[in-house]
Amino acid sequence: MRSFSYRRASDPDMAVRALSAAAAANNPLTKATAQPLAGGTTLIDLMKLDVMRPAAVVDINPLAHAWSAIEPDGEALRLGALAKMSDVAAHAEIRRSYPVIADSLRLAASAQLRNMATLGGNVMQRTRCSYFRDVSYENCNKRNPGSGCAAMDGVNRMHAVLGTSDQCIATYPGDFAQALIALDAVVEITGKAGTRSMPFAQLHKAPGSTPEIETTLQPGELISAFSIQGRWPRSVYLKARDRQSYEFALSSAAVALDVQDGTIRDARVALGGVATVPWRAREAEALLKGEKFDEALAQRVAHAAFADARGRRHNSFKIGLGRRVVARALQQAVTMEI
Amino acid sequence: MTAAAPEPKANMGRPVPRYDATAKVTGRATYASDMPLDNPAYAFLVTSAIAKGRIDRFDLDDARGVRGVIDIITHENAPKLKEAKLFSNGGYAGTTIQPLKSAEIAHDGQIIAVVIAESYEAAREAASRVKVSYTATAPSASFESAGTTTAAAKGQNAQFKEDPVVGDFAKAFEAAEVKLTASYDTPTQHHNPMELFTTSCAWMGDNLVVYEGSQYVYGLKNGVAEQLGIDADKVRVVNPYVGGGFGSRGSMTPRTAIIAGIAKRLNRPIKLVPTRDQGFTIATYRAETRHEIKLGASRDGKLVALRHEGAEISSRPDAYCVGGTKTTTRLYACPNIESLVSIVRADRNTPGFMRSPPEVPYLFALESAMDELAVKLNMDPVELRRINDTTTEPIGGKPYTSRSLMACFDEAAKAFGWSQRSPQARSMSDGDWLLGYGCAATCYPTQMAPSAARVRLQRDGRTRVEVAGHEIGTGAYTVIAQTAAERLGVPLEKVAVFLGDSDLPPAPVAGGSNSTASTCSVVMMVCDQIRQRLFKAVMPSDSIADKAKETVGISPAPSTRAAKGDRPLDIEKAFDALGVGVVEEYGEWKPEGAPLDSFRALHAGQPRFVGGHQMKDKIAYAFGAEFVEVRVNRFTHEIRCPRLVGAFAAGRIINPRTARSQLMGGLIWGMSSALLEATEVDERNARYVNDNLADYLVPVNADVPGVEVIMLSEQDDHINPVGAKGLGELANVGTNAAICNAIYHATGQRIRSLPVRLENIEV
Repeated sequence: MRSFSYRRASDPDMAVRALSAAAAANNPLTKATAQPLAGGTTLIDLMKLDVMRPAAVVDINPLAHAWSAIEPDGEALRLGALAKMSDVAAHAEIRRSYPVIADSLRLAASAQLRNMATLGGNVMQRTRCSYFRDVSYENCNKRNPGSGCAAMDGVNRMHAVLGTSDQCIATYPGDFAQALIALDAVVEITGKAGTRSMPFAQLHKAPGSTPEIETTLQPGELISAFSIQGRWPRSVYLKARDRQSYEFALSSAAVALDVQDGTIRDARVALGGVATVPWRAREAEALLKGEKFDEALAQRVAHAAFADARGRRHNSFKIGLGRRVVARALQQAVTMEI
Repeated sequence: MTAAAPEPKANMGRPVPRYDATAKVTGRATYASDMPLDNPAYAFLVTSAIAKGRIDRFDLDDARGVRGVIDIITHENAPKLKEAKLFSNGGYAGTTIQPLKSAEIAHDGQIIAVVIAESYEAAREAASRVKVSYTATAPSASFESAGTTTAAAKGQNAQFKEDPVVGDFAKAFEAAEVKLTASYDTPTQHHNPMELFTTSCAWMGDNLVVYEGSQYVYGLKNGVAEQLGIDADKVRVVNPYVGGGFGSRGSMTPRTAIIAGIAKRLNRPIKLVPTRDQGFTIATYRAETRHEIKLGASRDGKLVALRHEGAEISSRPDAYCVGGTKTTTRLYACPNIESLVSIVRADRNTPGFMRSPPEVPYLFALESAMDELAVKLNMDPVELRRINDTTTEPIGGKPYTSRSLMACFDEAAKAFGWSQRSPQARSMSDGDWLLGYGCAATCYPTQMAPSAARVRLQRDGRTRVEVAGHEIGTGAYTVIAQTAAERLGVPLEKVAVFLGDSDLPPAPVAGGSNSTASTCSVVMMVCDQIRQRLFKAVMPSDSIADKAKETVGISPAPSTRAAKGDRPLDIEKAFDALGVGVVEEYGEWKPEGAPLDSFRALHAGQPRFVGGHQMKDKIAYAFGAEFVEVRVNRFTHEIRCPRLVGAFAAGRIINPRTARSQLMGGLIWGMSSALLEATEVDERNARYVNDNLADYLVPVNADVPGVEVIMLSEQDDHINPVGAKGLGELANVGTNAAICNAIYHATGQRIRSLPVRLENIEV
């Protein structure tokens, strides 16, 4: 861990100024010399591991009074980026109208972490790839662009089978993001020029040839809120993992359905634990729309979701697992009492 | 009484609360790195990023530029230390690989530099700025790697004396009506005690104090002295509390003498707190093992032939092995037995003891094979154990001092509801989950070692017990206090116990589950010396005194009839008769059959174990039976273990509360070793990959919702004065097999390789 300066942001403007002042052109956000601190559950870890070496840390927790509201209004939902995971997971209306959100948060991390971590920080958490997190490995394209990838032929059981490139196979580790991408969430971003909005689906970037660039956020920009249109009471988050709690997904599915008179009007399927970014399985969703649900359809959908998956030595099992998780999540969503 | 404090049965003491409970839950218990030092400097380790090769050069400019850096120690300027001899060769060390001696790298994560700074933060930052150039050569990581060498354990490891054999295995196996041949393997595991591998060293002139979590303060004291080339009397090791050991602190690691040497040169106390990931490579671990089991049986289930071949990984220079065939060849009646243990050398740090070192991997193989045999015989696995139960071990024909194996099976089966099990595999389910019930035997050798103690009794009944034993979380303070209170007849709250200091009378290593038997036996003996003095002082004759001291208590309350020998002794009167204010006794105890050099070795920090199969004319083991319910999800294949039930018999239970806690922790660890724990080795570079507690999985509460511990009443007068069998390493044995046996029952799929992950299930 390197020495760093610490400042508390008094208001959004000050935070944005402090973060953009340190930004350098052509430098990925993750390498920016100033980093925002919210719950600290990822940033502090990575600093202690010497993976991230910001010269300045800007504590944005003082913005919580403005940025942590949980506002379901019956037709839409707005979540402040500094809301704590535990508060959102426990919110009665979220549990009723957006169970996929409540469960994705409830099944993540541990109680202690959920009490600290914020929604904005959660979606920005970085991969758990062991080689990325251990700086004694030179060859990590994400840390040292162009240096190679130690995971490609290494211990890659936890790694991604979707959205990979020949540069990087690191898994996006979060749960909540799958719920957001499934529900077509919009992310509100506060920057120098005020706020802008974009689909959450455009926030993360697949590794391609630039795995060091993980999001489309610019230095000096902060996520201030998420919003979702409509209610999604028929939605589930199913997570398969090695232990019963406090563990990342080997495979997860966020499923949201609109079923009327036995016919699926709208369907959303997103995948976690298997992809390099929050993953929307749109081809799979298309198979569901206008259909009546049965097990055969679930199987076709599950196969479509992983049609482009590519396994490596230790993680090929995630393809079969992922299909079963999707099929089971669909079944649960169809049969759930709402 | 509560679940945590079970009602004592016959031959059990009271479940009194832990002696150190308040200190621990209020944070007042001082662990080694909590000890205040006068103006310390802070050390941070730099460890190797390659497993084999050499360091070409260091670039230290950037690191030295960090404000507060005092010095950076590498092989080029390290204090010269003497060789560290392996514990199994009469030394103290767990490895002979001595870092900072040359540019050579022998394993991943070897210490290659030590940064010394004015603060921990500066030392850590500078360490991250040390640049190292290596010439790496391809290492051999494990069994599958090219370049390993394999040889029989016998002949290269002084502590592995025999490959047990009896009868004619080959002939009997050939002729057996039912045969089974199966291979099993177990993974690399690391202890990961909560307390990191910290060391603080402070010199006062020529005298050194080492604050370090150790399971053997006398071993560490003598070992550090040997490496520094100074008299052992100049070294004191202090650790009143140890934050978990599990074997990882049983032998000396290289870090201690290095830090001591640097502190001497700097003339300043030094405090080292390594990181969690460094703990994977600067201490020991449980090496991966492979097994082949051959069982031959008659149709009615009687074993006629048994062969167990094991292979274990060790480092290039050190022939460490656990050699569990000493136990697996003696567990069941069988006339024809053969065994062989081999050591496979790779470019790894030297492995070492980890909770039940031989039994965890070797009983996994045997108890899995027994279940497979039961399936072949179409027989209840409990009945197969009953048919092959024995009161004499088959190799030497020696009788077990006591053996409650089947009583444990019957008690645990009843509590578990084994009779509800439908015998067919894949025949039970509950919604999304396939259900499986499985069981296995556990056993652990009963071991004792010479120990010394000092006990001081005051007129008011206040008692002080001193023994250089170790509180590694097991309850050592508590059971020693109970033993002294009971023997002297003084109230428990008047007893103060002092442990974890090499200035106290020597005790053996807290290993092999010997501590309670050894330290409580010597404390009993020394308390009896005090009783002897007191009774002689007030009894009309020696013969009345001798009789009375066996049977009556001591009481600070005056009693007129004390002299007749049937009422508690009046302490005041006895002290007056003796004309003293304090009675203090020191004593040294050794178990029956201990070698002649026992007491010399005791002070030299070398334990002389007696017990298990190495006793004359008898064999002593504790036994248990474990039953588990496993659930396998039809869709995700996730494996969960909602219920663990174990019944155990281990002689006298001094404190049912602390004993239950040990057994419960053991069951949980046993489950963990089947389903969660494994250190991943990158076979390309022989490096540990998941070297942190996020990726090295241990159970969380949600993984162990139901753990039931049953302690059977057992009396054994043939083991040691307290009649206690060690149980700290009993419950985590066999659980791994019980889990795999239950997975077979749930799914019809036999899994012979640990840990079992969801991808191993093909439902």
